[in-house]
Amino acid sequence: MDQWVKVGMVDDVPFRGSRVVSTQQGDIAIFKTAEGRIFALWDKCPHKGGPLSQGIVHGDQVTCPLHNWVVGLETGDVKGPDQGCARKVKCKVEAGTVFIESATLLQQVA
Amino acid sequence: MKKKLVIIGNGMAPGRMLEHLLELAPDQYDVTIFNAEPRVNYDRIMLSPVLSGEKTFEEIVIHGDGWYIKHGIALYKGYKIKAIDRVAKTVTSESGVVESYDKLVIATGSVPFIIPVPGNNLPGVLSYRDLDDVMAMMLAAKSRGNAVVIGGGLLGLEAAAGLSEQGMNVTVIHIMPTLMERQLDPAAGHLLKAAVEQRGITVLNGANTKSIVGEKFVEGVELADGTVIPASVVVMAVGIRPNTALGKGAGLTIARGIVVNEQMQTSDPDIYALGECAEHNGMVYGLVAPLYEMANVLAKTFAAEAAAYKGSVTATKLKVTGIKLYSAGDFAEAKDREEIVLRDASRGIYKRLIIKENRIIGVVMYGDTEDGPWFFDKIKKAEDISADREMLIFGQSYAGGVPLDPMAAVAALTPDAEICGCNGVCKGKITDAITAKGLTSIDEVRAHTKASASCGSCTGLVEKLLVLSLGDSYRPNAVQPMCGCTHLGHADVRRLIVAKPLKNIPQLMQELEWKTSCGCAKCRPALNYYMIAEWPGEYIDDNQSRFVNERVHANIQKDGTYSVVPRMWGGMTSAKELRAIADVTDKFQIPAVKVTGGQRIDLLGVKKEDLPAVWADLNAAGMVSGAAYAKGLRTVKTCVGTDWCRFGTQDSTGLGIKLEKFMWGSWTPAKVKMAVSGCPRNCAEATCKDIGVICVDSGYDIHFAGAAGLDIKGTEVLGHVDTEEDAIEVIAALTQLYREQGHYLERIYKWAKRVGLDSIREKIMADKEKRTHYFERFKFAQTFLQVDPWEERVNGKDAHEFEAMRTFPKLMAAE
Repeated sequence: MDQWVKVGMVDDVPFRGSRVVSTQQGDIAIFKTAEGRIFALWDKCPHKGGPLSQGIVHGDQVTCPLHNWVVGLETGDVKGPDQGCARKVKCKVEAGTVFIESATLLQQVA
Repeated sequence: MKKKLVIIGNGMAPGRMLEHLLELAPDQYDVTIFNAEPRVNYDRIMLSPVLSGEKTFEEIVIHGDGWYIKHGIALYKGYKIKAIDRVAKTVTSESGVVESYDKLVIATGSVPFIIPVPGNNLPGVLSYRDLDDVMAMMLAAKSRGNAVVIGGGLLGLEAAAGLSEQGMNVTVIHIMPTLMERQLDPAAGHLLKAAVEQRGITVLNGANTKSIVGEKFVEGVELADGTVIPASVVVMAVGIRPNTALGKGAGLTIARGIVVNEQMQTSDPDIYALGECAEHNGMVYGLVAPLYEMANVLAKTFAAEAAAYKGSVTATKLKVTGIKLYSAGDFAEAKDREEIVLRDASRGIYKRLIIKENRIIGVVMYGDTEDGPWFFDKIKKAEDISADREMLIFGQSYAGGVPLDPMAAVAALTPDAEICGCNGVCKGKITDAITAKGLTSIDEVRAHTKASASCGSCTGLVEKLLVLSLGDSYRPNAVQPMCGCTHLGHADVRRLIVAKPLKNIPQLMQELEWKTSCGCAKCRPALNYYMIAEWPGEYIDDNQSRFVNERVHANIQKDGTYSVVPRMWGGMTSAKELRAIADVTDKFQIPAVKVTGGQRIDLLGVKKEDLPAVWADLNAAGMVSGAAYAKGLRTVKTCVGTDWCRFGTQDSTGLGIKLEKFMWGSWTPAKVKMAVSGCPRNCAEATCKDIGVICVDSGYDIHFAGAAGLDIKGTEVLGHVDTEEDAIEVIAALTQLYREQGHYLERIYKWAKRVGLDSIREKIMADKEKRTHYFERFKFAQTFLQVDPWEERVNGKDAHEFEAMRTFPKLMAAE
């Protein structure tokens, strides 16, 4: 059974923007699209580890601030001629609250 | 069950073969590709435009990752195959991956020939083969030193032109008496040499390389006569050899290349060779058109259709912007051959047809190459030309005696006439696709037919076919769109923002029919700037459309930390400011403090969450944001002027401070760096800035449109003014004109080049009324912009940018 842990409110995240959840394994970026959909990825671009949370969010993609790689928020896949995949974090929204899977926080110790 | 097809190599030939195979027999093979290069398939022909800076790598990709995924092709990038086991029918990579095959294609291409002279392995000696070579050349070109290209053939000249375009001082060493002697006769070779030299490239014909000199790194090239040409980079482009190593190791029949029959089959019936590594009927090919013909044949063979490769006649074009050159077929002189020559020295045109038994067998053209494909077609069809012989050299327009306009000439082409030589696309295929698929643009024709998708020199012909097929409804897309979200260019968007008017980004995207719901990282920052510049006081800045640096008012560094640069007006500072900087450095353990080129101090490695507190301390000492991150006013560099200097003519420091205090906070299309020098000795280096002032006894010379970054360019003189007040007014008016006309990310020197220096001088210097108009508009905009963004954030604005949403201090205990 999935265990979920609360990280904050949907309203805390700006539209077409992102907030960071800080963990011992590194930052997780929580994204919110123009329509209010929520996605979560580890905050590391597969290219040079740039903080995706700081990029410009457009549609369901984010452009990394360091070298403009474009990453799909849904899967973490890099778009266009570049290749790679940002690590996805399982998340869900219930009653305006954002949760991530608690197993995420155990991943590297397990 | 599907058969297993393994391909070694992922260049243009196997890419094309797979495209055909997927069309002909989509489900017959499981395809696995091993590519020694860690990349997808890209257009190698276009490496020269990448080197010269006219294209980016993204623009020359043929098959992106998605294509391989969509077609279920396994692509091993960066896997070099080391051996083929023909008995077990397997291949093995250097990293130990073993893959079995039913059919194997060797498409390993060729390797550059490195001349066996001492020093040929020194760092800085490059070949010109793949993207890595291009990247290495572009990096080397940053030094703007000397480059030597060995080899005056097609590749060598394209490399030389590219390096020269990147700012290097280039010498071409060629062992033969004329350039491109395999494709050009001596007369055309001389015309080409003159054109190459006109670009500032030195050409040494008949020069033999003795050695490459240098201690640890290449330092120069020594010729047989003892001359040493200094060079920080040497490019060897003397030729290529088919890469036959794998075939040889597997015991296949090898001559120059891997020997194949008309079905591209090697001496092992389950192994095929394709492209530059294959030898057919004693010939190996290094141009794309024959490779594509081979790819066609092989695809059909795999799809169990009858097909045979009969060898190719090849045509060559040089891809150096501004040099038109075309050659095809055989043009050596011989007893049984006649020639027709046309020379027009004043227009730099040379055309020569080589005729044997009333048939054209070769053509060389320089200066005007429009008719090249027409002649090439006659060569391939071995047409009898005796009836048209008298007018033949004047080309297609005069064929039949009646001069035709260029459009009629294209209309007169038969459907099987070849339009695109690189990809072997004929007229009929293009016009059919335009009608059947409703194509309306060059890009669509490229996507559907591949015509003009490689070297692009037939783009004009393809456009004419679009006009012929669509009539007036075809509008050539001369304008470069802002990005993939729109067909409009920057100029149109700026015009429509004012004309409609459009006052926010969602409204603009709706009314201008943006193709994406939310734009992209290219258009959104541009649109946000245009709104700010056009509607001061009305438009609300859209923070989410700003690049991170402008959103958090600091510069992101490669490790995700930030750098902080406070303003130092005119480059002046004080004990109090320096003390505050020292204190903040200690307090927040800032790892690096650096003096910048713009006369201020950079604090590097600040953690994002510390930014507001760092700014609070700097604010407390009276310092504000230096906007070192902004597309806006950066620094005003000064010398000490009459305050201290014995040569100073005016108070340059004072003027610099006044300018900076008047203009800070302004957003501009790209960054603006200024300087004020107190005398023509120019210690503040004002003549390479976006805007510079040189003080003289009689007043102030205002300069603009300099550059000292990727490009180096001295400034242009805007004009002379007598007083400080006038200098400030002129500079602010100039900046406002730039704010209103510049395209986003277009520096002042590029904007000035686009609109013309005189149009700017006319508005700012000649017409006092216009100048005042721009000055007033600048002043008005400033009333909304001169708010210190640091102070705002110290007081809580955008706090979400700097705080984590939640922090998990410890690992959660396992349940």
